[in-house]
Amino acid sequence: MAKTTVILDATAIQRALTRIAHEIAERNENGAEVVLAGIPVGGDHLAQRLSKILSEIWQQPVPVGVLDVSMHRDDLDQRAAPEIHPTVIPFDVTGKTVVLVDDVLFSGRTTRAAMDALNDFGRPQKIQLAVLVDRGHRELPIKADFVGKNVPTADDEKIRVRVKENDGVDEVVLENTK
Amino acid sequence: MSWTRKHLLDIESLTVDEIVAVLDTARAFKAVGERAIKKVPALRGKTVINLFVEPSTRTRISFELAEQRLSADVINFSAEASSFKKGETLKDTARNLEALNADFIVIRHSASGAPHFLARVLNASVINAGDGAHEHPTQALLDVFTIREHKGKIEGLNITILGDILYSRVARSNIWALRKLGATVTLCGPATLVPKTFEQMGCRVTYDVDEAIRDADIINLLRIQHERQRQTMFPSINEYIQLFGLNQARLAKTKPDALIMHPGPINRGVEIDSNIADSGRSLILEQVTNGLAVRMAVLFLVNGGKGPPEVAGN
Repeated sequence: MAKTTVILDATAIQRALTRIAHEIAERNENGAEVVLAGIPVGGDHLAQRLSKILSEIWQQPVPVGVLDVSMHRDDLDQRAAPEIHPTVIPFDVTGKTVVLVDDVLFSGRTTRAAMDALNDFGRPQKIQLAVLVDRGHRELPIKADFVGKNVPTADDEKIRVRVKENDGVDEVVLENTK
Repeated sequence: MSWTRKHLLDIESLTVDEIVAVLDTARAFKAVGERAIKKVPALRGKTVINLFVEPSTRTRISFELAEQRLSADVINFSAEASSFKKGETLKDTARNLEALNADFIVIRHSASGAPHFLARVLNASVINAGDGAHEHPTQALLDVFTIREHKGKIEGLNITILGDILYSRVARSNIWALRKLGATVTLCGPATLVPKTFEQMGCRVTYDVDEAIRDADIINLLRIQHERQRQTMFPSINEYIQLFGLNQARLAKTKPDALIMHPGPINRGVEIDSNIADSGRSLILEQVTNGLAVRMAVLFLVNGGKGPPEVAGN
């Protein structure tokens, strides 16, 4: 029987996103150069919410897109084909600061694939990474610029991020599968 | 995601979930074709052999471009230039190709069941690009994809397939896919080419074209396949045009939002009036665009069909 612990509830998620948005605004003085790209499933909805908070801070709309990385993964022949979601980047990324938004940072391989996928749309001036949860266990030299919560985990534990848009509830839970 | 297959051999054995998985995946690949850079690295380092023992232009080109856009290495092997003429068997040819470490074999063959045979004797993934009068699964998947894009669903639609059904693998694959997804399928054409036995596949069979298309949401026209007919199945082309050709007068009696499909190549003035083929109600060229996306999706899914299922989360 898996033991689950709620590590972020709806209020804590909202607070974390607000803080991340302010950190993004602090790091990037010119809001007009910033665009967001959410990685499904999970990151795309978080990106939408960050965009909303940021557009209030900057008093201007912050474009947000969806970047699916399935076609750029490096483990495609080691697993069943992942579910693909259409990539929608409704803006030119060239010269922009693209903030990648993901729910969980783990091995770093998704982030690497995302950077590759982004290259097909142009050459961003900068790429930054925002994640709701950093659970450690990196396999690549990748580090998040903005982190909602650092959660030290064991290899066999799982982090599940549930968002209202997909799951009807906002929460992050840690599952111990042992 | 419910795809765990290593091969795509037919529609008959697919589940509804598997068909939907292809359609959903194809949606993402269609978007890739609309970008400035139309290539993704999903099959980088993989080798695909297009083994076209029966001639084909459009299906082969579609597969070839799909493979290239997935970054695979592609070899085309056609009957005219091959060792089949020198007496080599299909099994030996395929084994030779596999000895080159091919990962995928896309096969078009005039014998029904040829892809199933290859799947049994080879380690490579096999994709059926049309076998005899049996099945043409990627054509059915692209047709269903196109219908779903325009009508938003398949369930409850009236689909009429008009023309040479008996010799048509396109019809068979379409019937399987459409019936599984809950459409009502009506078949119509000369009685010699539309046997009543198709009623066993859950279709309605009629020989009155006006009745067949009256309530149709989609009219899928099939070409008369002269190359597969061993004897004359109807008196003359002119009679076929009179009795079954889709012309303006017939189209006027259909539902105003009925759309026209055709797997190509079209015979203008035979199964379809030239101006209907070029009209806004024709999806013929969209089918070509969607075929590319669907074939990319199939290659992508089949590539993953060898591995363990995706681990949810993280």
